[in-house]
Amino acid sequence: MENATIVNKHSNATPSNLNAGSLSPAHRAGISTTSVHAGEARRKPNDAITDSICCSSTFTFESTQSIIDYIEQKQDREEYGRYGNPNEKVVERKLAALDSADEAIIYSSGMAAIVGLLLAKMSSGDEIVIFDQCYHRSREFCSKHLSRFGIITHQVRTGDFEAMSAAINSRTKLLISESPTNPHLSVIDLEQFVALGKTHHVETLIDATLATPYNIRPIEYGVDYVWHSATKYMGGHNDLLAGVICGSKEKLQEVRKLRGILGGINSPHNMYLLERGLKTFALRMERHNENGQRVAEFLDAHPRIEKVYYPGLPSHPSYEIAKRTMKGFGGLITFLVRDADWKQTAAVIDACSIPKIAPSLGGVESLIEQPYVMSYFDYSPEERKRFGIADNMIRMACGIEDPVDLIADLQQALDA
Amino acid sequence: MKFRTRSIHVGNEPDPATGAVVTPIHLATTFIQPGAGVWGQFDYSRSGSPTRAAVERTLADLEGAAGALAFSSGMAATHCATMLHKSGDHIVAGCDIYGGTFRLLHKICNRSGIEVTLAPADDASQIQNAMRPNTKMVWIESIGNPLMTIPDIRLIADIAHREGALLGVDSTFAPPSILRPLEFGADIVMHSATKYLGGHSDCLSGVLASRDLALHKELYYIQNATGGVLGALESFLLQRGIKTLELRMREQCRSAMTIAHWLESHPRVTRVLYPGLASHSNHLRARQYLGDQFGAMISFEIDGDFEKTKQVCQSTKLFGLAVSLGAVESLIEQPASMSHASYDAQAKAKFGITDSLIRISVGLEDPQDLMDDLQQAILG
Repeated sequence: MENATIVNKHSNATPSNLNAGSLSPAHRAGISTTSVHAGEARRKPNDAITDSICCSSTFTFESTQSIIDYIEQKQDREEYGRYGNPNEKVVERKLAALDSADEAIIYSSGMAAIVGLLLAKMSSGDEIVIFDQCYHRSREFCSKHLSRFGIITHQVRTGDFEAMSAAINSRTKLLISESPTNPHLSVIDLEQFVALGKTHHVETLIDATLATPYNIRPIEYGVDYVWHSATKYMGGHNDLLAGVICGSKEKLQEVRKLRGILGGINSPHNMYLLERGLKTFALRMERHNENGQRVAEFLDAHPRIEKVYYPGLPSHPSYEIAKRTMKGFGGLITFLVRDADWKQTAAVIDACSIPKIAPSLGGVESLIEQPYVMSYFDYSPEERKRFGIADNMIRMACGIEDPVDLIADLQQALDA
Repeated sequence: MKFRTRSIHVGNEPDPATGAVVTPIHLATTFIQPGAGVWGQFDYSRSGSPTRAAVERTLADLEGAAGALAFSSGMAATHCATMLHKSGDHIVAGCDIYGGTFRLLHKICNRSGIEVTLAPADDASQIQNAMRPNTKMVWIESIGNPLMTIPDIRLIADIAHREGALLGVDSTFAPPSILRPLEFGADIVMHSATKYLGGHSDCLSGVLASRDLALHKELYYIQNATGGVLGALESFLLQRGIKTLELRMREQCRSAMTIAHWLESHPRVTRVLYPGLASHSNHLRARQYLGDQFGAMISFEIDGDFEKTKQVCQSTKLFGLAVSLGAVESLIEQPASMSHASYDAQAKAKFGITDSLIRISVGLEDPQDLMDDLQQAILG
C-alpha cells in the first residue's frame, strides 16, 4: 500500500496544524494566513509549493488485500472520483477552517449544494420554514420540487421571528435564511435565529454567500449549516462555479454519502482555481467591503437616487444588527433611481463604462444589473411588488477596482 | 483610470463571441484564414493567440509601454532582449544581477561574440566608466538581489542614451504597481512574471515591455522567430493573477515594512537590508523611485554561524524553504547555501553574501503570524 501511504501522508494536517486555524494550539492564525495555508499539506508531493491538479477519475489499489484493508479499516484515501478527489479535499479543509466548521462539502454549484443538503436531510412529511427574501431559486426548489416528495415549505416575512415561530410545528425539520439577503440586504439576527431553532429542536441553515466568513461566521453563533455559492466571493474571479455546505462532521456524514450517490461534485481544475482564488480572499474582501461602503455613501448623497439598500448605511433597517455582528458588508448594493421608469433606469446602467452588465457578484470585476429585467421580466407587476422588485431598482456588485473610478463612473452615468 | 481598475479591465474586455466576462482560454494552435494569402488577426499561435494577446495588452497598459510580449519564462524574455545584439557588441550590466542573467551573459551571449562588463548599478559613475563606443545595452535590476540596492534609473538612462545604447531594466522585484521604469527613461522593462505578476507560484512566465513601438516590433520579430512564447493556460493564470497585483503588492510591502522594523529591533539580528528602512544605504533613492512601497524582499543577518543560520531557515513553520519569491506564500532561504552557493568564498565576501545572511520573501499571511514564526525559528 505504498501509494495509499503517500496519499495519506500528504493529505494529513500540516505540522503547524492550520487545519484547526492555528500556528500552535494557543494561537489562532489570522484570516489571511488561514486563507493562504489552511487545509494544505505543509509538504506536498514532489515538494511543490502549490497543489498539483489531480485529474484522475479513479484511484488504484496495490492488491486485493489493500482494498479489503481500505474497507475494513475505513482508511482515509481516494477510491473513485465521484466520492471526492484530492483537489476538492484541500479546498474543503480550507473552507471549513475559514468558516470555523469541522467539515465542508463542495458541490458543482451553489444550487447543487443546497439541493444535496435538503435531499439528505428531508423526508416525506417533513416541513421547512424559510424567510421570503432567500434566493429565489432555492425557494423555488423547495416550493416546486421538494413539494413533489411530500415536503412542505412555509415562507414567512424576512426577519419576522414571530411568524417563523408560529409556522413551526412538530414536523418542522429546518429553518432557512439568507443573511444578508439579495437584493434587499436584510441582515438576520443570528442569535435570535439560533435560539428559535434550539427552543423547538429544529436545525438552522444560513445562506451566507453575501457575507462570507470574512464578515461573519454563523457556525460561531450555533447555526447548524452554512451554505455558500463559492462562485461568488470565494472563487472571486468570475471564472468558476462551486457551492459549499459547512457544518459538523456528524451532521454532514449522510450529506456526504448522498453526494457520492447523486454525483454533483466539482472538478479538479475548478478546485485548483478555487484554491488559488482563496489565497487572496482576505485582501479581496477587505476591498469589496471598502468599495461597497464608499459607493453606497456616494449614492446615498446623490440627488438622483431615491433610496439605497446597504447595511453599512444608518438608513438601512439592519444597520444596528449588521454593525454589531459583521466586520464589513460586502460589495453588493441595491438602489432606486428617483422618478425613473424602467427604461430611464436601464439608461443609467447602459451609461456605465466600468461595471459590466451581467448577473452574479463577488468577482474582481464590478457587475451591474436591473433585477426587473434580469430576473423578473416575465413576472406580473403584482408579483414583482410582492418580492419588492421595483422598476427603478439597480443592483451593483462592486468589484475590487479603485473606488474613485467606480464613483466617477456612476457619477457620469447618473449625470448623463 | 487608476492602476487597479486598469489591471482588471484593460485586456479583459468581454468576449465578443459569447459575452464571457473572463478571457477564454484559446488552446488552438492554428486559426482558419479568410482566404489563401489573406491573413486574419491570428494565424499560428506562436505568432500570436487571443489569450496571450489579452494579457499582453494588460501588461503594456500597466507599464505605460507601446507594446508588451509574454514569454515562457523570465529567462526567455531576457534572452530575447540580448538577441537584439550581434557579434562585436558590448553590454554593461549591474554587478548584483540575477544569477541566471549572469550565466546567460557570460556563458551564452559570449558564444555570439557579445562582450559583457559588470559595474555596480547603484553607482552611476561606475556604469559611465564601463561604457565603450560599441556598448549597445545597459542592463540593471530596479531592486538588487540580495542586498536590495537601488539604481538611479533616470541617470543611467541618460548615460546609456548619450552613448547610443538601450537601457533594459529587470524590474522583477518591483512590479508596475510600485515602479514603472519606462517612465524614468528605460527602453525595455523585463519581468520574471513568475513572481509578483503571476503571484501564486504556479505559472512560469516572462515579459518584455518597450517604450518605443519600433523597438517592440523588433523584439516581436525575434520572439516569433525564436518561439519562447507563453502558453494559453499560463496566459490565463497570469492575467488572473494581475487582477489582484495592486492589492497583493500593497499588502506585502506593508507587511515587509512591519517585519523589517521588527527585525531591526531584534537582539539576535545584526543587520537588516530593506530599502524602506532609513538605515539602508539607498533609502533616499528608494523613496524617490518607489514612493512608500519598497517591495517585499528582505535580507538580514543573525548573530550565528553558518550552521545556526541554516537551522533557522529549516525550522520555520509558515515560511517555506525555497528559492523564488513574490507569491502569496512566504519563503525563506540562506543565500550562502542556496541561491548563491556556487559563489566561492572570495565572491561571497565581495558581494556581501555572508554565512549568516537570510533572505525572505514576504507573502500574504498575517504579518503577526510571520513574525511569530521567525521568532520561534530564531530563538529555537
